[in-house]
Amino acid sequence: MVVLELRDVSKAFDAVQALRAVRLGLRAGEAHGLVGENGAGKSTLVKILAGAHPADEGALLMDGRALRLAGPADARAAGIAVIYQEPTLFPDLSVAENIFMSRQPLRGLRRIDARAMRARTTELFDRLGVPMDPDRPARGLSIADQQLVEIAKALAFDARVLVMDEPTAALSGPEVERLFAVVRALCEAGSAVLFVSHRFEEIFALCERVSVMRDGRLVSTDPAAEVTVAELVRRMVGREVAEMYPKAEASKGPPLLQVRGLSRRGAFTGVSLTVHAGEIVALAGLVGAGRSEVARAVFGVDRHDEGEVLVDGRRLRNGDTAAAIAAGLALVPEDRRQQGLVMELSVARNATLARRWSLARLGLLTGGAERRAARTWGERLRVRSAGPDEAVSALSGGNQQKVVLAKWLSTEPRVLIVDEPTRGIDVGTKAEVHRLLSELAGRGVAVLMISSELPEVLGMADRVLVMHEGRLVADIPRALAGEETVMLAATGHGGAG
Amino acid sequence: MRGVVRGLSSWEAVVVIALVVVVAVGALAIEGVASPRFWRFVSLEVIPIALIALPMTLVIITGEIDLSVASVLGLTCATMGQLWVWGVTSLPLLIAAALLLGALLGAVNGLFVTGFGLPSLAVTIGTLALYRGLAYVILGDRAVADYPPEWASAAIAPIPGLTIPWMIIVVAVLAAGFGVVLHATPIGRGLYAMGNNAEAARFTGISVRRTTFWLFVATGAMSALAGVFWTLRYASARADNGNGLELAVIAAVLLGGVSIFGGRGRLAGVLAAVLLLGTLRNALQLADVPANTLTIITGSLLIVSVVGPNVVVKLRARKDRSWQRGVPWRFSPR
Repeated sequence: MVVLELRDVSKAFDAVQALRAVRLGLRAGEAHGLVGENGAGKSTLVKILAGAHPADEGALLMDGRALRLAGPADARAAGIAVIYQEPTLFPDLSVAENIFMSRQPLRGLRRIDARAMRARTTELFDRLGVPMDPDRPARGLSIADQQLVEIAKALAFDARVLVMDEPTAALSGPEVERLFAVVRALCEAGSAVLFVSHRFEEIFALCERVSVMRDGRLVSTDPAAEVTVAELVRRMVGREVAEMYPKAEASKGPPLLQVRGLSRRGAFTGVSLTVHAGEIVALAGLVGAGRSEVARAVFGVDRHDEGEVLVDGRRLRNGDTAAAIAAGLALVPEDRRQQGLVMELSVARNATLARRWSLARLGLLTGGAERRAARTWGERLRVRSAGPDEAVSALSGGNQQKVVLAKWLSTEPRVLIVDEPTRGIDVGTKAEVHRLLSELAGRGVAVLMISSELPEVLGMADRVLVMHEGRLVADIPRALAGEETVMLAATGHGGAG
Repeated sequence: MRGVVRGLSSWEAVVVIALVVVVAVGALAIEGVASPRFWRFVSLEVIPIALIALPMTLVIITGEIDLSVASVLGLTCATMGQLWVWGVTSLPLLIAAALLLGALLGAVNGLFVTGFGLPSLAVTIGTLALYRGLAYVILGDRAVADYPPEWASAAIAPIPGLTIPWMIIVVAVLAAGFGVVLHATPIGRGLYAMGNNAEAARFTGISVRRTTFWLFVATGAMSALAGVFWTLRYASARADNGNGLELAVIAAVLLGGVSIFGGRGRLAGVLAAVLLLGTLRNALQLADVPANTLTIITGSLLIVSVVGPNVVVKLRARKDRSWQRGVPWRFSPR
């Protein structure tokens, strides 16, 4: 019996079509797996179910009746509970208070009935088969236990649909087992579960059916018993490599960036890599594999615990970003709004922030010098804005990304690290960024490109490094790199190293 | 010139106009406001506030705050008094000791904020009490008031031919220095970046912690300089010197258009606000307005100063957007 049905649901964010006519039915008593590459639209789907985004088109049906979700409260009232990778509990409230937040049982004079709340919490955890003290504060609970609190919360308001967005990403083996036992028990009791995960073995262990998403479409739904990992991977990546990745051949020069045995506790372990002048090396892997963390440590934004970073043979000081920049390193970070730009400042200020010392004359920096420099680079990168004094927040995503690129290219780096350089920008700008990276490599810059878009990785890179759970697991030369080899390595099924 | 007008064409302009109005109305309505004596008095009043407001502007622009400034002033006064009692009679030596102590007290603030990652609001509330307490430990209820009288007359001596004290020139030179650092150097650009988005600042190679630390040191030293002036002007070192002055300073900085959330504001606005508050206070005192009313007026202005710039920014944003729709402007004509 289908409890919740999505009928041709579409959703766009500005120019980016995140979901295209998605059809999906969740059945009572069944766990339904959902897989797809980064950016395939899984998270958007989850957010629509959570009531966080409204769908542009299509309908949600609960028990065959149309459902309108104007906000998270509506989703909850309809019986849909969403459990995220990292739950958001109130750390200073008790477990029981968290579970009954805003729905506390009351007694006379609208006072909170603490005793009833405690008793009902104990009862919920009994049903889940996991003991937990209702009075302990949420602070200090492991992520696994926090998720159990979220599940108890879902039970407390009789949720019939449980959506879990990569719930196991931060869990250990035994914790995953315990979570699965709870989910199986919920299914037996008649709940419908949507289980989003990157880990195929978990999908196969838990789910009766599995759906694959790609480029915002739901491309297939099959009984889990009838598909293999290889088939799922093929469906996840199965698309043409477009001719929009013009990596020109460039002669390989001396090694400019050398990373040796770099480790940071809790993030990545023993990462060694080399990028030569004129080379574009891609760093592929799933979200959370530790790629951005490596970039941050190389650039000195985070300190590393072990290992060393050398630029042109000279060792960089641990955790010193200014020294890294002086040595010729530049990082175009993953999150341009939080890390790449100061949104409140003007285009000119942002574009010149990284080279403000070299722009200064006798220690003095004038707005005129900044505007001139910003104009030069803005024109070179074809930034479209109302002028150098416009706040960078008023620009489109693609133009903001160009400002970040201008900011770093104007420092004339010898090693350029770009982290998801084309995320969330339109196709035209994407092609411009690719052309630019290729041109830089042609001029002898060493480029390390972190990307979750496989076509981009395969089209641009001379070599593909793959990370999985904090380790570098594969180093694949251009000739051997295919979508499936990379994807298998990224999901921990690869071999070649 | 257009750049200057544009830079001031917002909240700062409101403050400057308010200053002109207060002066004009005061001169017409209150006897004595037009006299040179009045302006000498206003100058003496605002010198310590202005001295501390200079570094405070930078601190608040980076998103931090220092509430301990008046206590640093008090502790330097007390220490200078005690050194005098112990027989240190060289003025340069006393001034050097005071500045060193101020820098040290600021460094303690900076260390707690950057080294332990504590919020500056909490740290400096603590040191506000701590430093004032130490001042009382040193001097108790005593007042050291037997400085050579010529020190006081030197400190408040007028510029030849005018009634305004020469110390105003020192303030002006320091203000120019702080203004240049804030508005026309790479360091200043970094301060605005830090105040708006500390993470992006770190990704740009700005050492947020080191910069914050040195700002607190500078604030301590400038508070100590204000303490030196205080001691000399009144020829009196007491543990309660400058009690509550931090509110006057912060009120002036915020009224001057510096955002309490960091990242926004200009030094010119702050200087205008220091002058506005000083003039208003002295003019009303001259008009026999009771002290309680003065406090209420200062408090109201503080509220206005926090709300006002936000309204101006919103209005300007609306205007900017409509302007943008009409005239598309591009970097590249394409």
